[in-house]
Parts: sequence; structure tokens; C-alpha cells
Amino acid sequence: MKISRSFLLLPVLALAASGLSQAAGKINVVTATQDLAALAAEVGGDHISVEAIAKGYQDPHFVEPKPSFLLKLQRADLLAVVGLQLEIGWLPPLVTQSGNSKIQVGAGGYLDISQFCQILEIPTGQVTRAMGDVHPLGNPHYWLDPENGRRIAKAFQNKFSEMRPSDAAYFAQRYADFDQRLAAAEKRWEAAMAPYRGRKVVTYHRSLPNFCERFGLVVVDYIEPRPGIPPTPAHTLEVINTMKRDNIKLILVEPYFDLRTPNSIAQATGGTVAVMLPSVGGVKEVTNYFELFDYDINLLTSAFAKVK
Amino acid sequence: MLKGIRIPVFALVLATFGSLAAAAQSSAELLARFKAMEDRIKALEAEVQELKGQQAATTAALTAAAPATPTPAPAVALAETATSQTPQALGGAGPAAAKVLNPDIAVIGDFLGAAGNGTSRPTPALEMHESEVAFQAILDPYARADFFLTFGEHGVDLEEGFLTFPALPGHLELRVGKMRAAFGKVNTLHNHVLPWADRPLMTQNLVGGEDGIDDAGLALSRIFAGPKDTFFEGTAQLFHGEVENLFHAYRRSDVSTVDHLRAYRDITESTNLDLGVSYSRGHSVWSPAVIDQLYGVDATVRWKPLRRSIYHSFVGRSEFTWSRLDFPGRTFTPFGYYVSGDYQFARRWFLGGRFDRSERLGNWFTVDGDIFGTPDLSDLSLHQDTGGSLVLTYWPSEFSQIRGQLRRTLYGGSQTANELLFQFQFSIGAHGAHPF
Repeated sequence: MKISRSFLLLPVLALAASGLSQAAGKINVVTATQDLAALAAEVGGDHISVEAIAKGYQDPHFVEPKPSFLLKLQRADLLAVVGLQLEIGWLPPLVTQSGNSKIQVGAGGYLDISQFCQILEIPTGQVTRAMGDVHPLGNPHYWLDPENGRRIAKAFQNKFSEMRPSDAAYFAQRYADFDQRLAAAEKRWEAAMAPYRGRKVVTYHRSLPNFCERFGLVVVDYIEPRPGIPPTPAHTLEVINTMKRDNIKLILVEPYFDLRTPNSIAQATGGTVAVMLPSVGGVKEVTNYFELFDYDINLLTSAFAKVK
Repeated sequence: MLKGIRIPVFALVLATFGSLAAAAQSSAELLARFKAMEDRIKALEAEVQELKGQQAATTAALTAAAPATPTPAPAVALAETATSQTPQALGGAGPAAAKVLNPDIAVIGDFLGAAGNGTSRPTPALEMHESEVAFQAILDPYARADFFLTFGEHGVDLEEGFLTFPALPGHLELRVGKMRAAFGKVNTLHNHVLPWADRPLMTQNLVGGEDGIDDAGLALSRIFAGPKDTFFEGTAQLFHGEVENLFHAYRRSDVSTVDHLRAYRDITESTNLDLGVSYSRGHSVWSPAVIDQLYGVDATVRWKPLRRSIYHSFVGRSEFTWSRLDFPGRTFTPFGYYVSGDYQFARRWFLGGRFDRSERLGNWFTVDGDIFGTPDLSDLSLHQDTGGSLVLTYWPSEFSQIRGQLRRTLYGGSQTANELLFQFQFSIGAHGAHPF
């Protein structure tokens, strides 16, 4: 009789244990980019597991929607996307094919981070493809302003707390700690960039408007004649003339673009090219959001010091 | 001994009563606090209502006063009100906002030209080969819908039109409608994403011609992880059984089926391997008594260095298809394959090559979508076609491409065609991404 009761109890205990372990398990987060993954990790700590699809050193507009990503998405509790059509060329079929109801567009596990951030370069008036590969909803490279980084972290805190109310205090404490460290880092970054406020630069693509606005750099021209359109000889000549006229000495290039055109422009103008990281993971040693800004600001201050 | 035990027991009882009394007291305190909070909330609600009433009265007074005497005073008051309160969006959105619910619409033009000696199988010198119109949208929280209409010089056709339920229980995906079947790789691709201006001889001779296996039906698929995180996808499809040049549904029950198993693995960050096996079965166009079975194997290797993914890539593809047709007393097993490679050597430039070989049953065939001859039961013999192509593609932008293809084909071992195909493709609108 005792044995039979034990047998009856065992499955119940097993079920309860599995339920408890599930409840206490980590939130499985997949993000479109490594920047979002880094910020999710800041807030989620060891209560989440997080993986990014696009690497920090690849062009986030052109990611191959590989089936191996589908396995990650199939297991995800939360999918965080940059939005503003940055991932339009690769993410939608992955989401549909994942077979995961939690992360479909509109479901509770689909989080478009752009809705929480300050977005720049929202086109006004008519938008056509004659303007290049323009983003009609605004520039999606918004995470390069620490204030938006703070907003993103807050969005993750709220989302994680909604998904796991029992851990809300933990996420709140992690966010408060991140906020404090970010505030301290911002003072350091602002101080380092203060001597260069108002300096004019040329960038390859429109990846840096939030960064430049925040730290007071003025982007005068782009190596691309239009967003997504490769450099043409005529436009390259225009950039050279602009740089000479305005005495611009610094060209900022993302790590996934070819350096031949920027280098030839720099040679013609006596300027220099700096490969600036738009994302966490752009180089091996940049593994979190703070290191991204440390790297870029060190790079810029060294470059400005070099070109005077 | 007993006395010694009684004392701690008594103390324990006292302590228990004590804690119970304390608990009762704290409960009473809590109730009192709740009551106080409830009263406070009610008071705040009353205040909010009062403020709302005052605001409405002020607005009404200003509205009434404004047309008669537009003095500066109300304007100042309004400005003060606006600055002292959080900006509030009033009213709904404009009529344009309703359009956000329209599906994504795209049109893709495909202009094809040909020069050279096409022997007895002429591809038109110049033709607007196909224009694809796509409508794609999320239908509701449970499904999405995709429509692809093709406008050719011979009329309009529904290339695909299906409903997808992406998140069924058990991670299953169900697709209902007309769709390209999951037989191999090329059969699933729309014309505008092919790496060539035409389709391989294998497709033309064995897998339903240019449209391929494209039929109305149901498709159930599921993805799952294999050993070492190898990706697997299993697909089972049931179709009406009507595929031009291939299957024919003589009766309602003459349905056709397609099954596909795909395995994918990242070899390195930049390189991956995609393998598949396919099977299809249906009633042959030759005769109601003949069952046509297709067996396929496909392999794709891709290389794309992530840091320079927009400048360099390579895709090697190959497909092998065996057909088995059981005629009364005779069985035919025509076989076909192609091997191709495409190398992207600059941001806008691609160079590729393809070798083709395929048998066909009888002396009827399709070339670039046009059918020549008809199935003739008196001519049951296998003919072999062999071809080779060299392809150069240029992308002025993401939304247009210009392609030239030198094609040499030996039809049936006797007729040789040397042709130059040239193609302009262009896309307008918001065309959704294609699956990998």
C-alpha cells in the first residue's frame, strides 16, 4: 500500500519539480544585433540567456537568414528587434518559419525596441528609391546614443519583469546599477569629446547620426552618394572637394565597408580614415555596451589629435 | 523530569499565543491602513473628476468666446494651459493611417531578350517575359497571407497564393493555397531570384517546365534540431495533382504528393552546407494508367565572409532528379542534373557557370516556358539534352539587375543552339524577403 502511494506521489512530485524548474528557468532571449544582446544582458544578468543573430562586424542590413538561426528562434521566449526596417531583408521569413507562436509579430515575445528610443532622420515629404535605400521610418542606428542605450535597458527591464514578475526586483536592481554606471561613463565620454565638439567629419554610411548628435560632431558628407549606393567617381570627387574646402580631415568608416575609396579620399585631402565600430562585437575586445563607447571615443580622440 | 518538560512547553504555548495576538493586532493595523488608502484613492478620484469638469468648462467658455472677441487674453490663457500640461494628442489619425493595414505591394519586371541560333526552339528576340505582382501581409494574430500574380505575354497566372499558419502546436507550420512545391531547390524559387536567366534543362524536361511543380494544396512542415545542432526541416505536401507537362488529375482522387527533407549545417561562420532529398508522385500527363514518380537530391554550399559579405560570396548548387514512369509493360527512368557555381567578385558583380544534362521521354519539350510538341504514345523513347551556360550579372542597386547569359545547348544529340540571353529585372515597392 505504501509502495503504491509512493508511486502515485512520484509523478506528481516530478511534475511539480519540472514546473518549478521551468518557472525558475532563464528567459531565452534572441536579439537581432549584438548591441541589443549586450543591453539585455546588462539588465537580465544570469536570469536570462541571450544570443544575437547579426554579428557586430557584419552589415546589419544584409544578414543571411540562415536556417541555423531558426533553431535559436524556435526556442526563444523573447525576440528583440532594432526595427525601423533595419532587418526587413532577412528577419521576417525567419520569424514566420520558426514555428514559435511566442515571437510572432504582435505576440508578447516580440519586442520592437525602436518604439522606446529617440529616432533621427525621419523623412518628411515624399520618400522614393531615388533617395537610395532610405529607411522611411527613420534612421535605425539609434543605439549609438547612450541615452537611447538607457531607454533600451529600461525597455528590457520592463519586459523581463512582465515576463517574470517574481524576478522584477532583481531586474530593477540590475537596471539601477546599469543606469548608475552609464551616468558615470557618460561624464567621462562627454569630457573626452568636449574639445572636439563642432568638428566636421565624413562618414561612409548614415550609421552615426545619434552618436554625432550626442557628442557634437557634424557630419558634412557621406562616401555613399545615397544610402546603400556604392561610391561613384563623381561623388568621390565631390567629397574630396568638400573636405578640402571645409578643411575636414577625418573619415569614419564602418568595419564592413571596403577601405579603398575612403583611403584614396584621405590621400587626396591629407586626412585620415578611422574604422569606427557601430556595434558591440565589431572587434573581439569590444564585448559590452561600455566598451563600445570606450573604443570609439578613444579612436576618435586619437584620430582628432593626429589630424589636429 | 516532567516538571522540567512542562516549563518549556508552557513557554512555547505562551509564545504561540503571544505571536497569534501580535498577528491579530497587525492584521487589524493592516485593515486600518487599507481602509485609509481606500479613502485616499476615493478622495483623489473625486479631485480628478472635479479638475476634469473645470477643464471642460474652461474649454467650453473659451470656445464660445473666441469667435466673438478674439482678444489676446484667451490666447495667453491657452498658451499657459498648453505649457503647464503634458501635450496631449487629441482626435484620431488622418485617413492615410488606415493605409498601414494595406498589404505590402511589389511589382517585379522581367524583360528577356535572346539572340543567336535557337534552332527549332526559338526564344523570342525581345519579350516582357514576366511581371510579378506580390501582395503580402499579416492576416491576423494566427496567420499571414502571400499572393504572387504573374503577368506574361500569354496572360495572367496565380503563381502562388497561400495562407500560412506559422505557429501551430508542436512547432508545426501549415500552408494552404497554391504554392511552389518543396521539390529540390530550383522549384521553390521565383524567376527573379534565380542565378540564371532561364531554368535548367532538368526542370524543363522532368519537373514540370518553367513553372515547375506549382499547384493548389496543403503543406505541413516542421523544423527540428539534429545532432550537434544540425538543422532539419521536414515537409509533406498534398496537391490537386494538376501540373503542366507533368501530372494530370483525371479524377478528383488523382492527387499528387511531395515530400522533402532538408538538412543544414554551418561548417564555419562563413560557410554552410544545405542538403535535401525529395520525392513526388502523381498521375502522369501521358496516360491515366501511368504514375510518374520523381526522386530528387539537392546540395548547396555557400561561402560568404561576414566582414565583407556585401562584396564577396560564392554559391555552388547541384540537383539530381530521377523520374520513373510505369507504362503498362514498360518502365522509363529519365534522369537529369545540373551543377552550377556563382561567384560575387565585387559589390555589384557576379560571374557564374552552369552545366546541364537531362533526358526526356518523347520528342516534346519546353524551352523558357513554351511547350513544343505534345505527348505522343507512339514515340516512347528517351532523348538526352546537354547544355552549358556562362552568366554575368550586374546590380545597379538592390532593386535592379542586368544579366547576360551565353547558352549552348545540344538538343537530342543532333540540334545545337548557341544563344545569348539578356535580361533586365527591376523591382518597385516593398517586396518581402525570400526564405534562405
